[in-house]
Amino acid sequence: MAPRLTEIWVYLAASPLLGLTLTLLSYQGAYWLYQRSGMNPTANPVAIAVAIIVALLTLTGTSYATYFDGAQFVHFLLGPATVALAVPLYAQLPRLRRMFGPALLALAIGSLTAIVSAIAVGWALGASQPTLMSLAPKSVTTPIAMGIAEKIGGLPSLTAVLVVTTGILGAIGAQWLFRLLRVKDEAVQGFAIGVAAHGIGTARAFQISETMGAFAALAMGLNGLATALLLPILVTAWGGP
Amino acid sequence: MLGALTLLLLFQLAGEVIVQFFALPVPGPVIGMALLFAALVARDGVPDNLRSTANNLLQHLSLLFVPAGVGVMVHLARLGDEWPAIVGALVASTFVTLGVTGLVLCAFLKRGKSQP
Repeated sequence: MAPRLTEIWVYLAASPLLGLTLTLLSYQGAYWLYQRSGMNPTANPVAIAVAIIVALLTLTGTSYATYFDGAQFVHFLLGPATVALAVPLYAQLPRLRRMFGPALLALAIGSLTAIVSAIAVGWALGASQPTLMSLAPKSVTTPIAMGIAEKIGGLPSLTAVLVVTTGILGAIGAQWLFRLLRVKDEAVQGFAIGVAAHGIGTARAFQISETMGAFAALAMGLNGLATALLLPILVTAWGGP
Repeated sequence: MLGALTLLLLFQLAGEVIVQFFALPVPGPVIGMALLFAALVARDGVPDNLRSTANNLLQHLSLLFVPAGVGVMVHLARLGDEWPAIVGALVASTFVTLGVTGLVLCAFLKRGKSQP
């Protein structure tokens, strides 16, 4: 019986089916916990799902590359999902027209704040150069951040992890911070979440309200553009790689 | 569902082509989003099947970040060495950015209202 099981495991471990199924099952388990907690932001489903998967892969001695063979199908959907953000954004068109100017100014300031504060704090605490360059684009959505990191001498796969962590932090802490600072407008909250915490923050914002989600999506897209344009220029000016 | 998914992929593809053609520093899907947004404005409405497919896809947006997040296991050694700087930078920068962006936008909107 045991050798047969080993054979099955060897077969399954080499096929994409296992990585894909594991991703979906872990996420649904994590989402169930999140719902059971009354959508408590600290029970972030991404963080829980990642923890479950990393634990299982480590226990079974499976490499990330083998896992990603299956998980890439989920990863791929980030592209069409990013395009789909145009739909909720369109629903906010009248409101968007009214606050277009202020939003662009806030975007420029927010985008610079995200880049400069990440590099400054990382540098002050002694991070190495490749780590700093991987930290710099941490507030923009994964595919953009990875592309930028590659250009400025960071490690794209490390950037992906830092981006996801940033998103989780933003999703967990945003509501609390806005209460503290008395920022009440849902459109403003959504916009700040989108600038600071990209897609994961946006996913959380959609769970709170449609308006907040749409403005988060807008800010996330705009900050992707702004950071992709600003960061390579800043790094060159700084005397980077 | 199928038609709407194809439409999303077509816009993504158009975005990728534009990015490659003009050597833009932005990923294709973001240009695809801008193109779809422009198309919806021009068309003056969202087709029903596109709306439902987009909602389905976005409802579980956070699922799509899980595979990238699992990449943490490749970087455990570096994270072990540099975790104080990384954690400090991520926490400080995320909250400072949230706060600054929120407060600045609030201030700009208020000023806009007081002088119409």
